[in-house]
Amino acid sequence: MTDFDAIIIGAGHNGLVCASYLAKAGKKVLVLESRAVPGGCAATHEFAPGFQVSSCAQWLYQLSPKVVSDLKLPQHGLAYAAEGLATIALDETGDHLRLQGDSASGGGISSEDQKAYAVFRKKMRKYAKLMKTAYDTRPPKLVEHDFRDKMTFAKLGLGMKLLGKDDMSDLMRLILINIFDVMKETFGSSKLQAAIALDAVIGTPMGPRSPNTVFTYLHRFLGEVLGFEGATQVKGGMGTLGAALSNAATDLGAVVRCNTTVASIDKTHDRVTGVTLSSGECITAKLVVSSADPKTTFKSLLGYHHMEAGLVRRIEQIRFKSGTVKVHLALSGLPTFTGLDQSDLGQRLVIAPSLNALESAFNPLKYDESSERPVMDISMPTIHDPSLAPNGQHVLSAIVQYAPLNPKGGWEALRAPFMTAVIAELARYAPDIASLITAEELLTPADLAATFGMTGGNWHHGELTMDQVLMTRPATGISQYQTGIAGLYLCGAGSHPGGGLMGLAGRNSAQEIIRQGELA
Amino acid sequence: MNSPTRATMLLETPFHSRVADRCKINDWGNWMGYTTPNAYFDVELEYFSIRSTTGVFDLSPMNKYRIQGPDAEAYLNRMATRNISKIGINRVGYTVWCNDAGMVMDDGTIFRLGESDYRLCSYQRAIDWLLWCALGFDVTITDETEDLAALAVQGPTSCTSLTEMGLTDLNTLKPFGMRTYDFEGEKLMVSRTGFTGDLGYEVWVSPEKAETLWDQLFDAGKEYLIKPFGSYALDIARIETGFIQAGVDFVPAEEMVRPGRARSPFELGLSWLVDLEKPLFNGRTALLKEKAKGSRYRFAILNVDGNKPADHSFILKGDRQIGTVTSAAWCPTAKSNIAFAQLEMPEGSIGEEYVAEIYYQRELHWTRLLAPCKVIDGPIFNPKRRRQTPAIPH
Amino acid sequence: MNNYDAIVIGAGHNGLTNAAYLAKAGLKVAVLERNPYIGGATVSRELHKGWYYSNCSYVCSLLRPEIARDLELPRHGLQVVPFGGGATFMRNGDHLGNYHDHDRHYREMARHSKRDANAYDRYTADVTKQTRLIRPFLMRTPPDPTSLKPRDLSDLLDFAKAFLNMGEAGLADTIAFWTKSVGDYLGEYFETDVIKAHMAGSGIIGTALGVYSPGTAYVLLHHYMGDVDGNVGSWGFARGGMGAVADSIAKAFKSYGGEIICDADVDQIMVRGRKTTGVALRNGDEYLAPIVVSNLDPKRTFLDIMDAKDLPAAVVKKAENFKIRGSSGKLNIALDGLPIFNGLDPKNPVMAGDLHFTDSLERQERAYDDWKNETWSKDPYLDMMIPSLTDPTMAPPGKHMMSVFVQYAPPKIDGRDWTAEDKAGFEKTVIDQISTYSPNFKDLILHCETRTPQDIEAEVGLTEGNIFQGELTFDQLLFNRPFPGYAQYRGPVTGMYMCGSGTHPGGGVMSAPGANAAREILRDLNKPNTVPGGYADD
Repeated sequence: MTDFDAIIIGAGHNGLVCASYLAKAGKKVLVLESRAVPGGCAATHEFAPGFQVSSCAQWLYQLSPKVVSDLKLPQHGLAYAAEGLATIALDETGDHLRLQGDSASGGGISSEDQKAYAVFRKKMRKYAKLMKTAYDTRPPKLVEHDFRDKMTFAKLGLGMKLLGKDDMSDLMRLILINIFDVMKETFGSSKLQAAIALDAVIGTPMGPRSPNTVFTYLHRFLGEVLGFEGATQVKGGMGTLGAALSNAATDLGAVVRCNTTVASIDKTHDRVTGVTLSSGECITAKLVVSSADPKTTFKSLLGYHHMEAGLVRRIEQIRFKSGTVKVHLALSGLPTFTGLDQSDLGQRLVIAPSLNALESAFNPLKYDESSERPVMDISMPTIHDPSLAPNGQHVLSAIVQYAPLNPKGGWEALRAPFMTAVIAELARYAPDIASLITAEELLTPADLAATFGMTGGNWHHGELTMDQVLMTRPATGISQYQTGIAGLYLCGAGSHPGGGLMGLAGRNSAQEIIRQGELA
Repeated sequence: MNSPTRATMLLETPFHSRVADRCKINDWGNWMGYTTPNAYFDVELEYFSIRSTTGVFDLSPMNKYRIQGPDAEAYLNRMATRNISKIGINRVGYTVWCNDAGMVMDDGTIFRLGESDYRLCSYQRAIDWLLWCALGFDVTITDETEDLAALAVQGPTSCTSLTEMGLTDLNTLKPFGMRTYDFEGEKLMVSRTGFTGDLGYEVWVSPEKAETLWDQLFDAGKEYLIKPFGSYALDIARIETGFIQAGVDFVPAEEMVRPGRARSPFELGLSWLVDLEKPLFNGRTALLKEKAKGSRYRFAILNVDGNKPADHSFILKGDRQIGTVTSAAWCPTAKSNIAFAQLEMPEGSIGEEYVAEIYYQRELHWTRLLAPCKVIDGPIFNPKRRRQTPAIPH
Repeated sequence: MNNYDAIVIGAGHNGLTNAAYLAKAGLKVAVLERNPYIGGATVSRELHKGWYYSNCSYVCSLLRPEIARDLELPRHGLQVVPFGGGATFMRNGDHLGNYHDHDRHYREMARHSKRDANAYDRYTADVTKQTRLIRPFLMRTPPDPTSLKPRDLSDLLDFAKAFLNMGEAGLADTIAFWTKSVGDYLGEYFETDVIKAHMAGSGIIGTALGVYSPGTAYVLLHHYMGDVDGNVGSWGFARGGMGAVADSIAKAFKSYGGEIICDADVDQIMVRGRKTTGVALRNGDEYLAPIVVSNLDPKRTFLDIMDAKDLPAAVVKKAENFKIRGSSGKLNIALDGLPIFNGLDPKNPVMAGDLHFTDSLERQERAYDDWKNETWSKDPYLDMMIPSLTDPTMAPPGKHMMSVFVQYAPPKIDGRDWTAEDKAGFEKTVIDQISTYSPNFKDLILHCETRTPQDIEAEVGLTEGNIFQGELTFDQLLFNRPFPGYAQYRGPVTGMYMCGSGTHPGGGVMSAPGANAAREILRDLNKPNTVPGGYADD
């Protein structure tokens, strides 16, 4: 007899989603989380006395509506402070570009570009729908496929054909190329080009000229076909999502234990039997399901010595590079962005002046250096949710690129200058910003890696590149949530279909576990 | 140096001055980038030194890796197919190792030098794979290929020759045992191992002592008709005794280019080296699957009628081609015409009879010979002296 | 009368190959060439008495042996001589030699890293798997995956079979290989920077991407998939310069009764009723033929010598979006003697191979950053050869010819044309880099021909000076080359065809596009095929 049917390592959103589905299927599930609160990257923390902020992701884009309804998340506390926010690409002179749904306005944009924008989004929606077919299930194997995989192929094949000849051949051209070229051939406005390209590179260690960035754009765009038209802000910060998922899991009968660090995954003879905690406590289960990234799972928790060497080599070769930093500012009052109406401060604000500016910001990352002129995606969550800061005061949260995991001179030397560069960049658009800052926090890729246990600080638990998606995610042979080691499954963003607060990896994994019948 | 091989850009082994002196017919080959004799004076006579007196073969180009550290045993158990824990200190074990697909990468011998101290001796270079395998283990891996000179001393009088050189009581050393002796102020390691299937030893010294070893050995063995032998003679001996060779009888799995050309240990007749009871080793999952599903090929030793070696022959069953020959030789001591073949399953059971399609040329005339052949259950030549301890005296 | 069965525009190697096969099938064919000499980018010109400059392409490996043999190019004077090895010189005074001899190569790599030297065998096997996959399709027309025609479906099935044969893991490796950056790919095998940098060069040559850009591993493959005498991945020199390739094909063409007309600058492909009728030259001359084949790149073909009103709007758009980026320049240098390189015996066989001075991926990538910023690389990646060490006909006795391919050079500097000062600065950058490693180099220079992408475009007609007639990225390969729907050599107008490197399987002096296009034309004409099939690899 084991203590549990399944132990889920990590109460990140995928871990909790997986736990919930397993619990829903009547399984006895334990979720172990090393941090004090469940949610993983779906977290809110107090970065200065009285100032709360979403620790990692700040916008909800892609959470699967199926997961929301299956787990009844609204009943468990998930509420939105704002939905369908516009994206405003800031302009130094105040001529901002506003993107809302299929419409683009301001920023000196031409009517051709406006039309092209709607056409572009329509096309992207078609592609994203096709992608959703692949995301909703385990990735099919190409050669050793079974009936279920064949069905997925059939669905995808049909979806391709239904795109029509032109869109189908265009997809084959686009899927591997870079967003830079697509922007150049589609739009005239450099502001528009850059605003879209920012979405393609955010959370990735790539620049707009890097091939593969159309794919990352589509990955992010997927939210549009899931029902998120524009950015959504979670009430109480992203931690509310984490709490709701945890409540859902608990409600379905799963046990969620925080402040509990798994020291190792235990393996006897040829199967995984449970985990040992840092306290020394051993807990047994029929299955261990890890939502930690593959390198953490295999290298740190299971141990490479428990695996065959070819798989070790594949795990070691997964790329986890990141160039993404989180900046949090406590503000004594609302900043004034040149030419921006106060009422628009609650929209999604982006600083990405041009494709070349994005690319120039990216270049230093390749050499473990940081951008001189960083680009960013800004949220002022207190506009829609004043409870996050003391009365009359505000929070500015920004996802900033690019800065490396291990800068050449070390983060201690870079921390202050990089923060200065970020504030200087903000000040180009909001000249009074510096005078309003009462507290600040910079979470480097190294900080994010340490806090959230993400190898390399990569948000997706492994870069989303064509060689690391579908049947090669996280590695060939272990793409269908099984690891080839009896009793050990994966359910994190490192598995198909990757990260982005979708919950699909967790859901797909739970379905696969149930289908395999190991817990029957 | 006035070496005749200078222009070939090949390396010389630590024994080169002595080897070159004895290589009377100047027939050189390239082994792992070293210039080594294919033959010294006469292949047939060299071969008979292995079977009748003492034959000496320069083994120095073999790849040697030192594996040390607290996890050395666990490391080797994960890497190799057989149970390394069963190799005692001062013992040697033959093994193969596979990739995750259960396909053989190479074979070699593991020398256990101490509690957590091993030496792996392999035909192929292996440092890249050994280092990949080291992730997760507390071990250090050192390439010792150039730090050791080695001679294989093989044949019925080999023990006597070596004893005469000063390796006292060598006759008590059991097969696959090893021992160290003082030699010229250094350590000399001797193991009762070899690639000839006869009584024989391998002797290991530092490169600085190589020439001294050679001189002393040949001096001591003079009365026992000691002779050097080259790779052609070795090839006959190893075929006669049923030893396969990487790159000849199988393609090292990670260097395989054409899909399906690699072979598992089961397909190479090496299932005795695979310990599926071990909880984990590279290829185990795939080999368990193969065991359940069946193999694609079977390794067969064929006794071929007539005396024409079945080199590169097709093996036919009726009109159908069921396999190919990878190694073949007329074996002078066994007085048999032996061939190693890869046969498609389910062919190759002991006693099955097939036809080897042999082509040979005499006076510019090619003849196609359809020679009957039979699968035998092991090498015909397998002398008692190979296993006897104490080793036979002269 | 200027009436022909077929007119081929451009006497580059592909145009000539295409013409040769059409003529061999009995067609009356004329090749029209704008320049007073033939060859296109496969040209050698005696710019100074006794000195032969391979002005553009400079080495030969990809030329399909099936074609060379079938057109009897050796009988028409072509001789390809393999060269041995190469080297990358390092800033610390050391170098990495790339020896033709496997064992010596192992030892040289092992001098830098034993592990890398050992991993090289695994690398070679893995890359060979990929070349074996692609090689059978070089002499075939890519199937259209959106088509339901039996021929396309059966060809697609062939493609699929070749892929599926690799097995689950093999296929995943293939996808990874085709989409990875060359830097990441090499990182999976090697730990030593100079070893990676030496090999990564093949991933960026002629390409407007950096070593860290996804997709560059394929470019590496493109440089490995040729062979000299069956040695896959080997490279050689055409004796007498690369012009010998075009000259020999031209002779073959003429032997089948073909006609080459130089100084014939085509202004327009004439179209009447959605059919081609011939071409009009800038001087007003007209040449009539029901078949017109363009050896020009897709941009020049559809945007320059065709009228937009004769084309579907989608094709014009596709041509506009076609990626053809100038990313490289060239210096051809006549030397008074053999330059000496630091730390290398001048008699070392690697001297006769490709020499480089970029010893890290970071330096290669920074060179690309300059290109993105619209200037030439200040620390460029050079692919330098001294062909006269292999082919004595290139220079007078005792003298040497040097060919320096320079990566990166942009088609425009800061958005404007190259000026004389830019060009001088570019030349100085290259010469300075070489002299850092070769103290006597500058003193040996007798004359130097410097070619920016702009010069290459002006003289050869390659848009932006792109040597492959279009980027070799996956969106422009196979059934996407030059663009989806038009990858089977047929243009959007009846009787109009494409045969340049802008079509499958791309650039690199292969002649395969020209031959494949001829096969399709003959098929449309219901003529017996004269184009040989590809050799099976085993």
